[in-house]
Amino acid sequence: MRLRAWLDRLGPLLGLVLVIAAFAVLTDTPEQYLSLRNLRIVLSQTVIVALGAIGMTLIIVGGGIDLSVGSAIALTSVVTALALREGWSPFAAIAFALAAGGAVGLVNALAITRLKVVPFIATLGMLGIARGVAKWVADEQTVNAPPTWVNELAVTFPSPEWLVLAPGLWLTLVLAVAVAIVLRRTVFGRHVFALGSNEAAARACGIHTDRLKLWVYSLAGLFFGLAGVMQMSRLRQGDPTVAAGAELDVIAAVVIGGGSLSGGEGGILGSMIGALIMAFLRNGSQQMGWPNYIQEIIIGVIIVIAVALDRLRSARSAAGSPHA
Amino acid sequence: MVSPLPILRLEGIAKRFGPTVALDGVDLALREGEVHALIGENGAGKSTLMGILAGAHRPDRGRMDLAGRGYAPASPLEARRSGLALIHQELSLFPHLTVMENVLMGVEPSRLGWLDLDASRRLALEVLETFRHPALGPDRRVSDLPVAARQVVEICRAIAARARIVLMDEPTSSLPREDVDRLFALIRRLAADGISVVYISHFLEEVREIAERYTVLRDGRSISTGPLEAVTNEDLIALMVGRSVDHLFPERSPLPEAEVLLEVRGLANPPALEAASFDLRRGEILGIAGLIGSGRTEMVRAIFGLDTPTAGSVALRGRALARRGHPAARLRQGFGYLSEDRRGEGLALGLSVADNVTMTAMHACARGGWLSLDRQEAQARRHVEDVGVRARTPWQPAGTLSGGNQQKVALARLLHQGAEVLLLDEPTRGIDVGSRAQIYEVVARAASAGKAVLMVSSYLPELFGLCHRLAVMSRGRLLPARPIGEWTPESVLQAALGTDAAA
Repeated sequence: MRLRAWLDRLGPLLGLVLVIAAFAVLTDTPEQYLSLRNLRIVLSQTVIVALGAIGMTLIIVGGGIDLSVGSAIALTSVVTALALREGWSPFAAIAFALAAGGAVGLVNALAITRLKVVPFIATLGMLGIARGVAKWVADEQTVNAPPTWVNELAVTFPSPEWLVLAPGLWLTLVLAVAVAIVLRRTVFGRHVFALGSNEAAARACGIHTDRLKLWVYSLAGLFFGLAGVMQMSRLRQGDPTVAAGAELDVIAAVVIGGGSLSGGEGGILGSMIGALIMAFLRNGSQQMGWPNYIQEIIIGVIIVIAVALDRLRSARSAAGSPHA
Repeated sequence: MVSPLPILRLEGIAKRFGPTVALDGVDLALREGEVHALIGENGAGKSTLMGILAGAHRPDRGRMDLAGRGYAPASPLEARRSGLALIHQELSLFPHLTVMENVLMGVEPSRLGWLDLDASRRLALEVLETFRHPALGPDRRVSDLPVAARQVVEICRAIAARARIVLMDEPTSSLPREDVDRLFALIRRLAADGISVVYISHFLEEVREIAERYTVLRDGRSISTGPLEAVTNEDLIALMVGRSVDHLFPERSPLPEAEVLLEVRGLANPPALEAASFDLRRGEILGIAGLIGSGRTEMVRAIFGLDTPTAGSVALRGRALARRGHPAARLRQGFGYLSEDRRGEGLALGLSVADNVTMTAMHACARGGWLSLDRQEAQARRHVEDVGVRARTPWQPAGTLSGGNQQKVALARLLHQGAEVLLLDEPTRGIDVGSRAQIYEVVARAASAGKAVLMVSSYLPELFGLCHRLAVMSRGRLLPARPIGEWTPESVLQAALGTDAAA
């Protein structure tokens, strides 16, 4: 029982090791592929998807879905750049971007709870709305921001050198640990799992399911806002057309990490590993000089295999319940 | 005897859902620390009443008092806060979470939002201890538990929420006997602690074992109440049935001596279906009675190939059919299936009446794969008129029709496909009397035209009014079919409840 639980948890990690090992064998220059330098490149590329996956894990565990992540990232990256251009302090600009992300999440949740629109459709609508608003406020152009320390948040090689990883990555790591603890050790976290596992039963247990959804989507929106700040940091400008389709990468990370789209299952650790698997796949393919379309095909296959393995596992555990 | 003040009192509770009257005047007085049995046939309104008490529905009329004060819960949360806990017929657990997490859901010990894991474990173990079920480790995932143990988790949840009144809706329907004993011991302990229990069950023997007083519901009204010692099981059954058969039914053709069309032997698909054997002749209507959940639907589904039975055989005109059937093969062989779940499985409500009627035999209105809309319309129109569907045009979406007309469309499909064996699962559930009479007419006509009809129903009068022979399903076993004249409503109910060992 215990052993199986551990194997379940280790599944994604095993996948990650496999991916890294496969490319280490395939490449002609393994010492370069496995170098600290390359690790830093991979990690800095993964920060946006990782932040998105933290928020998405909350939503998916709670039985929902959010397709508007890419648009929310574009909107908040534009918002950050605009605020900086207007001469706001970097802190104020970041706070503004977080608020914008939270507001997008809140509107999603209101559409879901008040208008009774299923999450898929509500957030599909928001995908268009947020993207449109981003282009509108940016005047359909990229927004250049004056250089501030925001630009250094997600750099590949930070200074001072002793940081090793970019400040944004350290922040992501801290937030991932914090949310993982919140999910496991707070009443809120427990109720999010209950919501995704059986919504009707959660209501019967006296949980305010609608209010809980407002919190989940808004909180996730804060993470998407922070991902937008990182996006702005990497490009050094706000781009209203950026991150199109990022929601699929984010959802894929959560699902590869063990999240179930029917809710009640998933975890931050798994989602982070899922994000890393995708980042290493991308990086490895680039190192091999494979064209972009090969990466896309491989990632598509990996998603289906990861979920198929998950289905097999849960089918086995359902069949294996003895009638005592 | 001085009667103690009731902790919960209901007066004249009424509730309708659209045109359906679910409750029409229910009185109930529940005393502190008593186990009160609520008895009634399928559809008598027991579950609706429980839903009202638990805050899921609001009554249209009537008054409820809890401990002397007015009680009108606006939500399940309010009912729960007032100390009422409902243990559902359908389990309402969180399969992904552990036993401990399920038991404490909504009442987790915490400090400033942080779970107090030590206190949680203590409380959960304390509650679980009262039941001492071997399979119940606090850290086991609920999806890994056997069904019986899951029921226990729900009961433990009610205890953890410190309920004063526990409503149990058929709590033993999925429990083996040893767990029933455990449950009863627990209920007695609850009652000794002053907790009141409303206990719904069909099983009269069980009711006698655990409850002191009873209330019988029939057609949404409370018919009788009192101490169980004062009544016999026969009295209770008479109170539950107590209906007259109206003149809804067509003339019955004599029981035919024709060839046996369908031969079912030892069909099993545990746990719902243990064993079913019967013969069905041309021109015959065979009724299947039994409680909801007794395995009737599972038998029909196994015959039609929707589920694969684990044992047994089905033979048509003396030729054995493959056990692993598929509905497509069954349709070709001449079976027609009317699902009990009209909206979920029976009809495509968004499609037209014509599409629905011709769905299973579309080749009949096509040439070379191309649909002829004229043919489809003509065939649909003929069958729709045949069964008396009231539709403006065959192209009207099926979902715009009334429930009764929808059901007639579903039946018209079986006639259009030319089915020889009609498997009808609750063909008249939830529809108006007029449509019912038309459906009886169509079924009787199909039988006298030489088709074989298997009809599952929870409504005894229609089985008595229509069928040549009747068999009762009880806890997954189909008892031998007997001519309808040898049955009475009482004996059917006795067989279904399993109180008559001779049946």
